[in-house]
Amino acid sequence: MVLNRDKAYEFEQLAMPLFASLYNLAQWLTQDRSEAEDLVQETYAKALKGFDSFQPGTNFRAWMYRILRNTFLTSRTGLKAARTVPIDDEDDPQSVSPSTTETPESILLARADHDAIQGALQALPMAYREIILLCDVEEMSYREISEALTIPMGTVMSRLARARKAMRQLLAEKVQGAYR
Amino acid sequence: MSCENWQPKIDAYLDAELPEAEARELDAHLRTCPSCSSQALTRSEMKRSIHRAGKKFAPDPEFRRRVQASISPKVSGWRWGWIVEVSAVCAAILLVIFGSMVWVRQSQRQQLVGELTDLHVATLASANRVDVVSSDRHTVKPWFQGKVPFTFNVPELQGSPFELLGGKVTYLDQTPGAELLFTVRKHVLSVFIFKDSPELERSLGSGELMRRLSFNIESWADGGLRYLIVTDAGRSDIDDLRTRFMQAAK
Repeated sequence: MVLNRDKAYEFEQLAMPLFASLYNLAQWLTQDRSEAEDLVQETYAKALKGFDSFQPGTNFRAWMYRILRNTFLTSRTGLKAARTVPIDDEDDPQSVSPSTTETPESILLARADHDAIQGALQALPMAYREIILLCDVEEMSYREISEALTIPMGTVMSRLARARKAMRQLLAEKVQGAYR
Repeated sequence: MSCENWQPKIDAYLDAELPEAEARELDAHLRTCPSCSSQALTRSEMKRSIHRAGKKFAPDPEFRRRVQASISPKVSGWRWGWIVEVSAVCAAILLVIFGSMVWVRQSQRQQLVGELTDLHVATLASANRVDVVSSDRHTVKPWFQGKVPFTFNVPELQGSPFELLGGKVTYLDQTPGAELLFTVRKHVLSVFIFKDSPELERSLGSGELMRRLSFNIESWADGGLRYLIVTDAGRSDIDDLRTRFMQAAK
């Protein structure tokens, strides 16, 4: 389908401001610059093509991320990443009990530098990494995350809680490893 | 509610996702509970650290341009943009050419009018204003035979306020022509007659009264000849004499 000039212009106006953050997310997902570029390029091409199906008034950012994510998940790297992600999505975030063996967070944070946080993010399973990035980096609301990942709100909360717990554990390992 | 119940809600509280009433309650609890407030503080710092560390990858500007080019409505936009730009350049060139032509024409016209005025003033200042002194048109016209490369008719002036003083051969831009001298109520009028040329036509046009040094100059073309009247007399006299010349030329 070919968009008319006004519609294509509207798409450009909406989509280009998201370019840097979509690229950042793409590289976090693919962990490779060239793959991230291909992913972003394909996302923009698909989004432009399907822009007529975008419902005005709904969240454009979540819509774009959904396309990026679906495109990634059908790629070779994406399929591999999805297979290796064990997700236990229970809708009750309270079921994620705080670990009694966790290092106190204040000590963790005091020792975790920028690189350690990036390393921990990188080491997280894809589903945890993306939800933390959407929430803490992109500052999406739970509602937006729910739209972007096409999961219920309850799942957003429980997955986020698990992802943060996994992040803290990874950080603890890294920090303790570094000081051992 | 106990700390155990509040702690799982601290993340939602920091994400600004806790319902308002609950957020107010947790707020109050954090003010009184050092353990929970310490945890809230470190988690909030962790959130900020992740926010900074998560912005790790930046796209290459060239890649950004490539993607933008691939999605922007470029085909028609580019064509239109190109057409607009070319049109603007053409318009500017035409404007410059037209402006130059107008300027050149104005400048040629000024030069011609200046020369004619000088010729008229020189005639007025001369002791021998004319070479053929005669008020008889049948004497003046034949005098020019062989002296100028054309012939012309001198109007009948009987019953008019004009008087023919005579004529002489003159030159404009190395081209010979006739200068006839008339008077009307003590005003002197020089009537110059030359073979018309595209240059004269372009520079002088027709029927437009020009002024220089308070002299009035009128020019018109008729039968391949270019007539010019230079005088300090008024417009009505100029128009009158012009009409008489035009009638005589028929």
